[in-house]
Amino acid sequence: MAEVAYVNASRVFPGNPPVRAVDNLELAVADGEFLVLVGPSGSGKSTALRMLAGLEDVDEGTISIGGRDVTNVPPKGRDIAMVFQSYALYPHMTVAENMGFALKLRGVPRTRIKEKVGEAARMLDLEKFLDRKPKALSGGQRQRVAMGRAIVREPSVFLMDEPLSNLDAKLRVETRANIAALQQRLGTTTIYVTHDQVEAMTMGHRVAVLKDGVLQQCASPRELYERPANAFVAGFIGSPAMNLKTVPLTGEGAQLDGVVVPLPREVLDAVAAERLTEITFGVRPESLRLVGADEGDAVGRAFELTVELVEELGADAYVYGSARVGDRPERFIVRVDGRTPPAFGQRVRVAVRDLDEVHVFHPETGERLSG
Amino acid sequence: MITANAAAVSATRGGAALAKLALRRGERSLLASIGLHGALISASFVSVFPIFWVLVTSFKPDTKAISPQPKLLDESNIDNYLNVLSGAKGDFLGWFGNSVLIAGLTTALAVFVAASTGYALSRFRFPGRRSLLLGFLAIQMFPFAVLIVPLYNLLLGLGLQGRALGLVLVYCSTTVPFCTYMLKGYFDTVPTDIDEAGRMDGLSPFGVFWRLVLPLAKPGLAVTAFYAFVTAWGEVAFASAFLSAADESKTLAVGLQVFIQQNRTEWGHLSAASILVALPAVAVFYLVQRFLVGGLSAGAVKG
Ligand SMILES: Nc1ncnc2c1ncn2[C@@H]1O[C@H](COP(=O)(O)OP(=O)(O)OP(=O)(O)O)[C@@H](O)[C@H]1O
Ligand SMILES: [Mg+2]
Repeated sequence: MAEVAYVNASRVFPGNPPVRAVDNLELAVADGEFLVLVGPSGSGKSTALRMLAGLEDVDEGTISIGGRDVTNVPPKGRDIAMVFQSYALYPHMTVAENMGFALKLRGVPRTRIKEKVGEAARMLDLEKFLDRKPKALSGGQRQRVAMGRAIVREPSVFLMDEPLSNLDAKLRVETRANIAALQQRLGTTTIYVTHDQVEAMTMGHRVAVLKDGVLQQCASPRELYERPANAFVAGFIGSPAMNLKTVPLTGEGAQLDGVVVPLPREVLDAVAAERLTEITFGVRPESLRLVGADEGDAVGRAFELTVELVEELGADAYVYGSARVGDRPERFIVRVDGRTPPAFGQRVRVAVRDLDEVHVFHPETGERLSG
Repeated sequence: MITANAAAVSATRGGAALAKLALRRGERSLLASIGLHGALISASFVSVFPIFWVLVTSFKPDTKAISPQPKLLDESNIDNYLNVLSGAKGDFLGWFGNSVLIAGLTTALAVFVAASTGYALSRFRFPGRRSLLLGFLAIQMFPFAVLIVPLYNLLLGLGLQGRALGLVLVYCSTTVPFCTYMLKGYFDTVPTDIDEAGRMDGLSPFGVFWRLVLPLAKPGLAVTAFYAFVTAWGEVAFASAFLSAADESKTLAVGLQVFIQQNRTEWGHLSAASILVALPAVAVFYLVQRFLVGGLSAGAVKG
């Protein structure tokens, strides 16, 4: 058990120009916490994880585990177990040998190893396979062996780099739940890398979003969803993505196809202070609704959308349509009731459900302006 | 009548063609089968027959060994073997021991050096890596005969001229480049994730090499070991130049020359000795050939 802290940690790959794969990462993970690192491909998630594992140099800053500075400690001295995306099982060893290898290296007595391997195998439903070589296992079984190899060591930190990406969709959902439950039970600090935001939102106590090696935000899944710190996080978290549009400003709100969406006072103040004429306006598909023809009072607050595509998912449907913003068409996504979706080509009127659900970002820096 | 026959033949051909279309995967047409077997049989014959003939000759007395009408058996007996082994024709067993020692040492040293070099070349990026690889490749193109004089001088300088160890070093300098190349290729096929998993499990960098990478590169090690052994075992030019002329320090390949004299060659004895010389090479091959199956690293990754 241990807490983990990155203090201004950077990894710079030599090259021309050098790549700052992880840039000034400042991140503290509490003891027993399940932290998910998420971000698009190439954002430096794996590099950040490998720095903690000791497989990648830390060029600037420090990393500590359990209060101990491990920046220059080799991997074997860090008491960390890692599950690789490729699983990296030892092909010439049986499942039992794979799982017990680290203990064997530490000189744990044979009977004790057998006991612990058996225990982990029971937990992961691997008892039948202990004498097999990895090549005689299915993908899901190999994944469990890789987990088992990490568990048996009882390390102070687990690292997992996209451990589910080689599984099929159904198994992934199942294993996702199993890993979360296992972590809960063992209470071991875990850092989990994924590019799948559903995994991030469902598994993590907290989620850290990376982009181009820079930490964008680290918060609970709910916080991340409801109060994204910038336009990138807003667009990255949530599926389908938030509607993010650059729109012109009027005195009291955002100008959308002849409609002014009023903005809270503090946003308008912030905007005025910066002398902005445009803002990045964000609203999630579920924060928009269709306005019925009979709702007279919505006139002036609803804008028109031409339906271009309807995605029906059963309970819900997503309507993709274009509206005029300024002098150009912009595509919006609206979540509607799955039973009464509009038809292709239809013109519908759309309003924001609740003005609290509007996000406003700086048009250039992307920083959040709304409270 | 003839035309009718021809038509019938072409009809069956057409039928065969149709049947060919319908062949299931993995099946061959009759024609392809015949062609394939013909080629394989003639290739086998070409490579096996000379050895077979040496074997046949080795049982014949010297006087019958070369004859205008060769027969399979011609007063055949095992006297040649007994003569060779008893040392009547030279210190055969002594030479044999020298060869085993020199070839064995060469194999062990060359494989060890090549494996560690190959691993470094496969895993680490260091200045001069590319030129080293290129150098190893270029060295292969040298005719080794031109090396005899410079190597002789080197060995003299080192005080190793005429000693078995000197010859071992010479053999290593010719086999290590090839073996390194070979092993680097093998190590490249072992995913680096495995190295890293080993590091996480508590292995030192050398531990990773010794306990994970080497076992996974067994097929490559087997091939290189075999190559190094055979190179050292059958080599004549270096062995005659760098070993002392004394009879007891000769290797087998050099010693065999006693059967070839200026005006007379003892073909029967020479053949018998050749067969005896070939046996250890065959034995080594048998020892390593079970590792010569690929796919050892299967199962490491998702697959
Ligand atoms: N050895 C290296 N040399 C140079 N650049 C590298 C090296 N390894 C990674 N990078 C660069 O560092 C950046 C971050 O890579 P990293 O593997 O951490 O991304 P990631 O977030 O894990 O992406 P993915 O989701 O695709 O796995 C990338 O731009 C990559 O090109
Ligand atoms: Mg990655």
